[in-house]
Amino acid sequence: MSEISRADVEHLAKLAHIAMTDAELEKMTSELGVIVDSVKQVQEAAGADVPATSHPLPLTNVFREDVVGHVFTAEESLANAPDAEDSRFKVPAILDGE
Amino acid sequence: MRPMLRTHGSKFRPSWMGSEKKMTTTPAELVRLTAAQMAAKLRAGEITAVELTQAHLDRIAAVDGTINAFLHVSAEEALETAAEVDKIRAAGGTGAQALHPLAGVPIAVKDLIVTKGQPTTAGSKMLQGWMSPYDATVVEKIRAAKLPILGKTNLDEFAMGSSTEHSAYGPTRNPWDTGRIPGGSGGGSAAAVAAFEAPLALGTDTGGSIRQPGAVTGTVGTKPTYGSVSRYGAIAMASSLDQIGPVARTVEDAALLHELIGGHDPKDSTSLPEEVPAFSEHARNHQLTGLRIGIIKQLQGEGYQAGVLARFQEALEALRSAGAEIVEVDCPSFDYALGAYYLIMPSEASSNLARYDGVRYGTRVLPEEGPLTIERVMGATRAAGFGEEVKRRIILGTYALSAGYYDAYYGSAQKIRTLIQRDFEAAFEQADVLISPTAPTVAFPLGAKLDDPLAMYLNDIATIPANLAGVPGISVPGGLSYDENEQGLPVGIQFLAPAREDARVYHAAGALEKLLQTDAEPLWAQIPELAETAGAASSSVVEGAN
Repeated sequence: MSEISRADVEHLAKLAHIAMTDAELEKMTSELGVIVDSVKQVQEAAGADVPATSHPLPLTNVFREDVVGHVFTAEESLANAPDAEDSRFKVPAILDGE
Repeated sequence: MRPMLRTHGSKFRPSWMGSEKKMTTTPAELVRLTAAQMAAKLRAGEITAVELTQAHLDRIAAVDGTINAFLHVSAEEALETAAEVDKIRAAGGTGAQALHPLAGVPIAVKDLIVTKGQPTTAGSKMLQGWMSPYDATVVEKIRAAKLPILGKTNLDEFAMGSSTEHSAYGPTRNPWDTGRIPGGSGGGSAAAVAAFEAPLALGTDTGGSIRQPGAVTGTVGTKPTYGSVSRYGAIAMASSLDQIGPVARTVEDAALLHELIGGHDPKDSTSLPEEVPAFSEHARNHQLTGLRIGIIKQLQGEGYQAGVLARFQEALEALRSAGAEIVEVDCPSFDYALGAYYLIMPSEASSNLARYDGVRYGTRVLPEEGPLTIERVMGATRAAGFGEEVKRRIILGTYALSAGYYDAYYGSAQKIRTLIQRDFEAAFEQADVLISPTAPTVAFPLGAKLDDPLAMYLNDIATIPANLAGVPGISVPGGLSYDENEQGLPVGIQFLAPAREDARVYHAAGALEKLLQTDAEPLWAQIPELAETAGAASSSVVEGAN
């Protein structure tokens, strides 16, 4: 059986900033348990002496020319904003007002 | 069998077709040509790009109510591009000579790839109404070559799925059997091409999202070598695995599109600084003598449907008779590929999708009660904007990356990646290309695996190793399966080659495609006639059907 508890999923959902109902948490806990159990076998096969691969075809020192490229105008950048004011993104309160 | 209804009978001729004598190919025949044939007819002046584009728009209007391959159709823009091509060609001279060989051949674009002036949703409510301020590099290339863009195709939300049922805008249906899935995540692109709504399309492949839909719709799809086609403007899912590639009905068409979209792009730091080979020449080279083809021991047998394995064996026989040398290769670490993939992909996705926070773009949802702090707004936005599968993968990825689990899960998976690369290296010492079924099953009924995420994930068991190792792969039709319950549904054959050797998969797949055309007819010519739904553009159906 998996060691993932409902409290774990609740914590993960908080870290991932996804509000979840009780029913969703319940369902996600059981699904996640099954998936994690099935992928666990990778630990057996991954020997201590095997190096990790993060990218299939590694490239090194990829730099662009140090010249100013295309830049979006404030208007273009704000065109999709859910809320904007005075040429700026309008963000909900950072701190809890209470 | 569905009733056969045609939009354009002799009684009805749309005004754009002009005089009788000019039109030698009917719209129904036009849309069934290959992209290469369309291009040849355009160059010869037998058809115009506007006629060709309109024929596809009419086809979309007639059948997409059933198929739901398109999330957005851009008729006006497509016709403008087509008219431009016709004008340049009519003027002749150097302008006409400079036209790209595929100029005027319409194309559809997976809605994970951003387009200026057309909405991009990634199949998610999170990006509903979002308009990209820039074009993906592949879209820039298509525009520069003047291929009319017909519209954006449906997909599993953020490309997460194997059936296109995870789209927030409803599932796409398989043209071979509209009660079945078209594969995923690129089910829209594959179904559009299979249903003759477009001759070409763009897809993206993170674990099989181009190849598996190709397999179950009887079409061709290539996952190029990682970094050989720019990913700039492809909405990121798992950045070390994602790859844009071509979708078509023939190997040659896929190769032609690959030639157009490939090449180095300074805007993508993972882009390989290399020239694009003439893939289409390799696709037309049907000489198999001496080609060593390796059967992967781990990608057959248990879990694969009998009907799929029967077609696979037939393909092997055909290749052997044509002079190929068939060997068996052992890739023991492939048994761990699915596990490694379902740790690496969600980990990278959970990080990539953190950007959807409802601040700078996309949906913003306010919590129904309580204070409107940014944390709570984010929580409500992501709860409402993401579907179930996306949430599942974000939570799984967050778990795999969290303190205390990172080494055990993400770290181990990265080690498996190394082992899989080593397996490929050893296999390619024995064989020039590797072969396997593309997917373990044919298209399954809609809804069959929706409640069982693990069963859904198994669809990609044969396609995932290529993404983990960055090597190229192609799916080519291998005939129809005749199982107990699955009658006459397409089976895909996959070829894999070493990194940077994409030309080899076009060679092998092109040769097999030719070998299997026993009646000089490609597999997709057998796609059942689709009932054309009544709509504004197909009023003749209503009249004709009385």
